[in-house]
Amino acid sequence: MAKDELKTGYRLIGTRPDRPDGLDKVTGRARYGADITAPGMLHAAVVRSPHAHARIIKIDASKALALPGVKAVITRADFPTGLTGEDWNLQENTMAGDVALYDGHAVAAVAATTKLLAQDAALLIEVEYEILPHVTDVDAAMAPGAPAIRPGSADPSVPEGMHPNVIRYIDFGHGDLAAGFAAADLVREATYKTEATHQGYIEPHACLGQMGADGRGEMWVCTQGQWYIRRMSAAVLGIEAANLRVTPSEIGGGFGGKTTIFMEPLSLALSKKAGGRPVKLVMSRSEVFRATGPTASTSMDVKIGMKKDGTITAGQVYFRMQGGAFPGMSPISEALQCAFACYDVPALKHEAVEVLANRPKAAAYRAPGSPMAAFAVESMVDELCRELGLDPIATRLKNAARNGSKSSFGPSYNQIGLVESLEAARAHPNYAAPLGPNQGRGVASGFWMNHGGETSVSLAIGEDGTVGVMVGTPDVGGSRASLALMTAETLGIPYENVRVNIVETGALGVNEPTHGSRATFASGKAAVEAARQAIGEMCRRAAAEWGIDADAVEWKDGAAHPAGPNAGKFPPLTIAEIGASMGSTGGPISGHHESVPGGVGASFGAHVVDVEVDPETGRTTVLRYLVVQDAGRAIHPAYVEGQYQGGAVQGIGWALNEEYVYGTDGRLQNSIFLDYRVPVASDLPMIDTVIVEVPNPGHPYGVRGVGETGITPPLPAMASAIAAATGARLRSLPMSPPKVLAAIRAKGRG
Amino acid sequence: MVEVNLWSGLRRLTDGAQVVSVEGTTLREVLRNLAVTHPALEPTLKSGVSVSLNGVIETNLSTPISAGDEVYLIHRVKGG
Repeated sequence: MAKDELKTGYRLIGTRPDRPDGLDKVTGRARYGADITAPGMLHAAVVRSPHAHARIIKIDASKALALPGVKAVITRADFPTGLTGEDWNLQENTMAGDVALYDGHAVAAVAATTKLLAQDAALLIEVEYEILPHVTDVDAAMAPGAPAIRPGSADPSVPEGMHPNVIRYIDFGHGDLAAGFAAADLVREATYKTEATHQGYIEPHACLGQMGADGRGEMWVCTQGQWYIRRMSAAVLGIEAANLRVTPSEIGGGFGGKTTIFMEPLSLALSKKAGGRPVKLVMSRSEVFRATGPTASTSMDVKIGMKKDGTITAGQVYFRMQGGAFPGMSPISEALQCAFACYDVPALKHEAVEVLANRPKAAAYRAPGSPMAAFAVESMVDELCRELGLDPIATRLKNAARNGSKSSFGPSYNQIGLVESLEAARAHPNYAAPLGPNQGRGVASGFWMNHGGETSVSLAIGEDGTVGVMVGTPDVGGSRASLALMTAETLGIPYENVRVNIVETGALGVNEPTHGSRATFASGKAAVEAARQAIGEMCRRAAAEWGIDADAVEWKDGAAHPAGPNAGKFPPLTIAEIGASMGSTGGPISGHHESVPGGVGASFGAHVVDVEVDPETGRTTVLRYLVVQDAGRAIHPAYVEGQYQGGAVQGIGWALNEEYVYGTDGRLQNSIFLDYRVPVASDLPMIDTVIVEVPNPGHPYGVRGVGETGITPPLPAMASAIAAATGARLRSLPMSPPKVLAAIRAKGRG
Repeated sequence: MVEVNLWSGLRRLTDGAQVVSVEGTTLREVLRNLAVTHPALEPTLKSGVSVSLNGVIETNLSTPISAGDEVYLIHRVKGG
């Protein structure tokens, strides 16, 4: 049921007011990372390795430094030594040490008085390399004879005998696998592959850093998490976190790719070397593709057993994932936890390995790991359904995880909305729409567990009763609106009377980034608690004014009221009246809440897509697309729908066109949007959405994070739709026209 | 005693046990005692795990806990 049809009793929750950042963004007033300037500012350029794997023999910057206007050149020699663990990995990725590990790896950086001069100077920095053998494919990287990229990196979990590029191993499961497969009427197994894809945010990475000889610095940056930027940059530069203040700019998309550092410490190190002058560093699109984190590429084995009635009796997966030349970047844990999360299966086995390859350091990308896992498992479920003549939604409902079922990764589910989502998808007109020649329908379900994380929020009542809310989670997808709605609902005041500000690292306790679909959940929960604290104080002020006990005061409709006839008869004191008199009643009125909120609610969804495939070209056209997902409670339904649509579109791009293409030389071949094809509006129909609401009991308004689940089902749903349209099952992404055409011809139908 | 479910990969650190019984009346006590009774688990616990208590990720270590509660240690995940 769509949110707008529900009667929740809320005044504001579930309405669609104007977005608070709308005017700034459409008029160009919003300040993004590259818009920040400062007096005396320098511009930076980065020298990057043209080789996938090469030893750095010598760096000669003398010609660059001789150019008038060049103020500083840095190499790894300008960074502190002795770092360990992830701090060392961050430093190593920020600036290569002895070895360049991928095409695009930074090896030097220069600051100059203009951007063009900095770029010219970068060309004059001479780097001598000894080229080393490289490997970029995940299966090739763990095959005998593959070059060992970082020997000795494997953790103790890796079984003996595996290639040194295999650095982590995970397994878990439950039930009697052999008995489960023996009980099935049909057992099928296959291998599926996905390529690395980039988050594709519109705004390239950009920052302005300033650091003096005293080691105290400032940074303005487009990021999903200013405290992460502070902690990571401080670690890489060997300074104390408190000596770096980080202010987030407006952000033009992140999708996980802006939860870490890539080049930010370079601007600070250049600034320090240039006598403290601020240094701006803005990546080109090519640099974004070559040197910031895409997601992992995968190779995945899946085996599932099913009875004739659709009951899944057993499942087994073995995932191989590479996330570049740095450990810890392949989302194998997440992929395994999501693989069978939509199902209640008596016997499951999960295994995965993380593999190093000569590619850039991967970063989180919207539900990291889940889309790949879904592509493998949901595609195989569809293959079994088709072979047994079963309805794909009915089969998913038959095996669906429900309230109280043991999840595939162990714990029991609390209150979840998978069944409601599948039933809503089945009831939607799209599921009954007639299909023509060369057209097919695909269905898939999806899951993301969502996240809480460190959260700190402050709120202040103004002298006129309006309210400022200070939060630490950058507004990537509409959280200012949802936080303002929840705050206004709690305080009983108009939405327009609340302004939500995204603040710098000096203004609040540590906040995790806007990631894990947590901003509306976690910052929202904290904002509600902060508002309740302020309400308590305003009730105490009213009680003092009336000379009654604070317990005899209640808050409703934006004002303090005597609580019942025994409290006495007093006219209500509004928030504006209390705010106006705060100077004489005890001083400023504020609320604050900080926690690592529990009660995170997982979000399930189901997608239905119809496609038409041109049998002569292999081109796939999306005819209609439906996203159904459990939001818990949609605070601002338009933003929820936007998240659903955005996730679906990114997933469609991943399924059809997007991929990192490496040449035999290990260099990235398609590092601009002309060659890396993302879907644009003219490629797609309007994405239909249905918001299911199974409220999360762990949030005061029932919120579940909604940002990530939507990218999970499109990969298998698209593959199944193409299989239905052509009879050809593609198990390797992307399903670009040449691959689809080849598959059609292989089936003898072309 | 509280039964703590571990993911399979931790079995090598617990002499093959996937479910271990630990004393404790709060989550904090259970995790501390787990590190005492199975010291090989300490690095994993220190590096960060998520704890699912009766189906909900619980972050407040002072949360009371008793025999019969469902406790799972799971890999810590965040997201994009």
